[in-house]
Amino acid sequence: MTGSNTQQSAVPLRGAKEAHATKPQSNLSKLLAFGAEFCGSPAALAGIVTLGVVIAAAICAPLITPQNPYDLSTLSIMDARLPPGTSNFNGYTHWLGTDGLGRDMFSAIVYGLRISLTVGATSAIFALIIGMTMGLSAAYVGGRTDAAIMRLVDLQMSFPPILIALILLAILGRGADKTMIALIAVQWAYYARTVRASALVEREREYIEAARGLRLGHGQIIFRHLLPNCFTPLLVVLTIQMAHAITLEATLSFLGIGLPETQPSLGLLIANGYQYMLSGAYWISIFPGIALLVTLLSINIVGDRLRDMLNPGLKR
Amino acid sequence: MIAFIIQRLLQGAGVVLAMSVIVFVGVFAIGDPVELLINPDADQLTRDAVAHSLGLDQPLWRQYLIFLWSAVHGQLGTSFVFNIPAIELILQRLPATLELALGATLLAITIGIPLGLIAGLFDNSWFSRVIMAGSIFGFSLPTFWVGLILILTFGVWLGWLPVFGRGETVAVFGIEWSFLTLDGLAHLALPVLNLALFKVALFIRLTRASVREIVPQDFVRFARAMGIHPSRVLTRHILKNIMIPIVTVIGIEFGSVVAFAVVTESIFNWPGMGKLIIESINQLDRPVIVAYLMVIVVMFVFINLVVDLLYAVLDPRVRLGSTSR
Repeated sequence: MTGSNTQQSAVPLRGAKEAHATKPQSNLSKLLAFGAEFCGSPAALAGIVTLGVVIAAAICAPLITPQNPYDLSTLSIMDARLPPGTSNFNGYTHWLGTDGLGRDMFSAIVYGLRISLTVGATSAIFALIIGMTMGLSAAYVGGRTDAAIMRLVDLQMSFPPILIALILLAILGRGADKTMIALIAVQWAYYARTVRASALVEREREYIEAARGLRLGHGQIIFRHLLPNCFTPLLVVLTIQMAHAITLEATLSFLGIGLPETQPSLGLLIANGYQYMLSGAYWISIFPGIALLVTLLSINIVGDRLRDMLNPGLKR
Repeated sequence: MIAFIIQRLLQGAGVVLAMSVIVFVGVFAIGDPVELLINPDADQLTRDAVAHSLGLDQPLWRQYLIFLWSAVHGQLGTSFVFNIPAIELILQRLPATLELALGATLLAITIGIPLGLIAGLFDNSWFSRVIMAGSIFGFSLPTFWVGLILILTFGVWLGWLPVFGRGETVAVFGIEWSFLTLDGLAHLALPVLNLALFKVALFIRLTRASVREIVPQDFVRFARAMGIHPSRVLTRHILKNIMIPIVTVIGIEFGSVVAFAVVTESIFNWPGMGKLIIESINQLDRPVIVAYLMVIVVMFVFINLVVDLLYAVLDPRVRLGSTSR
């Protein structure tokens, strides 16, 4: 039992399908009904709207920012460390102030958000694919394969994520690709464990037996029949793990062992502002932190709501 | 019981061995081991001599055995930066980290469990909602950013508490401790609070979930129906049952607190082993990295062993020896 980890305690979500299975509905109307129920909680609605705005801002970064923070020719050292709300020589007002190089903080934050979200989402999705495949194979094949994979999962989950990432980055060195490798290595086990739990139950059902009776290939049974019925719990884990991935990346970058200086994610922006903070220039660190916090909070609220909705055991 | 302990010890030894292979392959085989052991400024002749004397011309498996042999004897190289044995350096920094981690765990328990109890018992009151909303914040706030806010608020703006270092220490049994002096306690306050915050949120949620699971059960309802005083129901029936998962999690989370101390120590300039490892990674002080990794793996295996045993002792339902699937 070494592998128990409390952050994943709310994972099993089985049975939601049965609750709605009485009335045949089209996929679209099901989705709409789900969306309507999701937005029934004001907090969840606020969360998903905020998340939408954050993602849209990150995608449209060049369109909504007044300055390209990487274009050094537009920066002027004369504008360095302007407090929030000051205007520069050109008459442009920096509502969030400027950093030590005279960069507009708002632009830096939106571009940083872009990097943070990309790294977090990419690694979460890769971890999902790897963990899902491992977990499904473990449940489907069973026996020694199952024991070996689950022993690995247990072993890994008995170490805190930040420690594993630290070990990997200490060995591999700093860099965006290496940070993503570390994040994937940290996360795949959570997906594997979740999907295995539901696949073990689904495996015993008649439709799998029928598929086997039809002599379908193992790959086809696993991915076409088993996977769609085990996917719902993974969705919740994906949301929550994405928040974890973004936090972990920010932490590693803050410590100076994650992303390189050329890719200033939110964590690096906060680290860069740290040196100015003690002299009173609080905004260089605080505003990227608030952006990070808003992102994480909205993802967590959405994840919480999804979990409550998909887990009938928690419904009051 | 003894068979169980032996089984777990063997498992732990297996984990340490597996980690030593990973560390060996990662640091020695992929990197240049000569660089690890001698001064970077040494000339080629010295390098060859060292390579030969270390048996680096030998096959990889034999090199691994040599590495293992010296690791067992506590020889993991000498720090380039401090010029003392790496393992000694790590062990010197260990008490500072333990002090921080223990303080944070204690604080998290004393705040988290009572709040979780309240949130679980009075599920629909506004107070419980505030607690739960707060716990989402606790989960979402990245530790390092909270640390910055604490420094900014209490250190820079209010100037109430010191934000750097350990302060005055007292030596007990040859080890320096901060918590025995007033100045040390003041230095300890912010880092401990910073490290504890995430765990407070965790304990609130865990306690609340356990309480909500226990309270609707028949034995609690029966005890209440019998007219037993609510405080007695709380302590004898509810608390006793929720303590099993909580104690287990406290044990597991202690390890994670030690790991997270890396972040807090870096921010508050706390001279523990977490700050040391970050500095060593940045300065490529590889003997220290290897020593840190080995020490932390051994520590984790030990913590997990203790938690497993504690779990078995606390919960009579756990049948010893048959727990492994």
